[in-house]
Amino acid sequence: MSSKPQDLDAIVGRKYRHGFVTDIESDTVPPGLDETVIRLISAKKNEPQFMLEWRLKAYRHWLTMQEPRWAHLRVGDIDYQAISYYSAPRAKGDGPKSLEEVDPKLLATYEKLGVPLHERARLAGVAVDAVFDSVSVATTFRERLAKAGVLFCSFSEAVRKHPEIVERYLGSVVPYTDNFFATLNSAVFSDGSFVYVPPGVRCPMELSTYFRINAANTGQFERTLIVADEGSHVSYLEGCTAPMRDENQLHAAVVELVALTGATIKYSTVQNWYPGDEQGRGGIYNFVTKRGECRGDDSRISWTQVETGSAITWKYPGCVLTGANTVGEFYSVALANHYQQADTGTKMIHIGRGSRSTIVSKGISAGHGSNSYRGLVKILPSADGARNYTQCDSLLMGDRCRANTFPYMEIRNPGAIVEHEATTSKIADDQLFYCRSRGISQEDAVNLIVNGFCKAVFKELPMEFAVEAQNLLSVSLEGAVG
Amino acid sequence: MLSIRNLHVQVGARKILKGLDLEVSTGQMHAIMGPNGSGKSTLAGVLAGRDGYEVTQGSVLYQGQDLLAMSPEDRARAGVFLAFQYPVEIPGVNNAYLLKAALNAIRKQRGEPELDAFEFLGLVRQKLQLMQMDESLLNRSVNEGFSGGEKKRNEILQMAVLAPTLAVLDETDSGLDIDALRVVADGVNTMRDPARSIVLVTHYQRLLTYVVPDVVHVLLEGRILRSGDAGLALALEERGYDWVRREARVA
Repeated sequence: MSSKPQDLDAIVGRKYRHGFVTDIESDTVPPGLDETVIRLISAKKNEPQFMLEWRLKAYRHWLTMQEPRWAHLRVGDIDYQAISYYSAPRAKGDGPKSLEEVDPKLLATYEKLGVPLHERARLAGVAVDAVFDSVSVATTFRERLAKAGVLFCSFSEAVRKHPEIVERYLGSVVPYTDNFFATLNSAVFSDGSFVYVPPGVRCPMELSTYFRINAANTGQFERTLIVADEGSHVSYLEGCTAPMRDENQLHAAVVELVALTGATIKYSTVQNWYPGDEQGRGGIYNFVTKRGECRGDDSRISWTQVETGSAITWKYPGCVLTGANTVGEFYSVALANHYQQADTGTKMIHIGRGSRSTIVSKGISAGHGSNSYRGLVKILPSADGARNYTQCDSLLMGDRCRANTFPYMEIRNPGAIVEHEATTSKIADDQLFYCRSRGISQEDAVNLIVNGFCKAVFKELPMEFAVEAQNLLSVSLEGAVG
Repeated sequence: MLSIRNLHVQVGARKILKGLDLEVSTGQMHAIMGPNGSGKSTLAGVLAGRDGYEVTQGSVLYQGQDLLAMSPEDRARAGVFLAFQYPVEIPGVNNAYLLKAALNAIRKQRGEPELDAFEFLGLVRQKLQLMQMDESLLNRSVNEGFSGGEKKRNEILQMAVLAPTLAVLDETDSGLDIDALRVVADGVNTMRDPARSIVLVTHYQRLLTYVVPDVVHVLLEGRILRSGDAGLALALEERGYDWVRREARVA
């Protein structure tokens, strides 16, 4: 009748469901990193000269940098020479022109992951770019999007077909000198998604990218660039999974968003990289730099993230609020179960007058998990009338997990209004008992309480994914309380 | 319906119930009265399966089953309901959602089809009307920001919707003003049914002005020291508990 601590483990333990490996012939470059490898990646992608030069500048800068050590994380040593920086399913000729030409094994892989790439299939209202290891293997609904003038394709294709847009915006929000992992990414990034929404266009469907790491001993370094031109609107979602492996794999992505005058970008992430096993072996190191700039007046960028996977999550999706009356939002649910570690939060940089930002962070810690919220609110002297509201809540399950909150504030305008609220609570035994005494099973009661805790964030997700996120959370928490 | 024999319960090293006997027949309403610290809430908690109580001796049979061997959710699904003295707040969880999940868990156990949102809402509206309660209660988070009276009424609403076979009300009358007390009492009265047993645990006689139990028990020193009809409650109100203690000692 009593709930002993070891029972807690029994509920959080359902197995990772996306841990399979696709047996497919790959074109993988040998491990190691030097200028030759970078030239090779660039050559494989037929990149224009500016791209290669940018990569090389980044690489040379990276050589002068040290890994960051400030995060509240225990990170194993990463041997950057042991990683393969490029792996792609072997393509015949120039690669698939349409879905019919995509290797059936790849289509089956995405089908199994619940992301059917056939356009008539389940995600009918959502266009998907599927990235498998280092390359994009398929992008759906391209014609329908093209009619609206929306460009949605793999980054590699954008570099070749729309070099003027890429050259103009690449690195304009996250410069190649930004930080250790972003700089590494700038040197070696292989693929990712590219979106351009022309002025005044409301993107007719949700866009999404599904990232899959398959090959062993590779890193995934994708780069996503989304540009919303004046008065346009786009909602974008990314999902991620990886096979179960005993060694850690590095995922160091960069996402740049640019919102011009009056534009809105909504960026949602449901991250379910392999988190490692119950003993903390294996799992993805998810070291990601995500930043958006509200460059034009009255523009808006909203980040929503549900982070349930990865051995270590280290990311701070931020907004640079350059324009006047711009809005930045960050809604986050981060889960750290078993031996997972998360150090995540956001940066809101207020430059424009009347800029406003909202931060809602919900951290859940279970098992031996360690969950830290780290957020910066910076208000520059130019940001008259700036406002920020921050709410950080932590939920603890069991007595061996940890939660930390590190809020940083730099207020250089006396007129700014900044509010910060934080709570830490335990899933109380009396809440559980209350639900159970009404006939609800312990497991359902935990889900009910956790979902209630996360409600403010889930309601920001596009409808199709809110349900997925809830399910994902319940799977990831199975066995957390017993 | 409910048969408690020689029940001994302790919390840590402290012995709280020391040989409690209680028989509640189907269709009856029993009131259990006693001063603070006599073990009333312990009894309610043990019946519902709350953690932290150690049963060292005795048995509790509910419809012939060993109640103590069942998990709290299994007890609820078998028709046992506890109205809490201090209902718990669960932020972000919709009150109606919790109730629907509870009802469907119980219906599933009984082999009945689960209710969809429309059927459920129909049922709840009917019960709300019966309890003279406001529908806005449904769309708020479970007990969050509820006044004391609203929390207790919400418990009664849950009882009405879940329609238990055995309802245990733990000091549902405490902390209520006279209007709320009447609403709660009316709710309890409408729940009276030949197929349902109700155990009212209470500190005061005042609820019993509106709700007339079949049997009144006095819980003192961890045991039922005296039982009688509704008149016993009035005697307690007038004379306090000491005489019960004295007479029990003489006997």
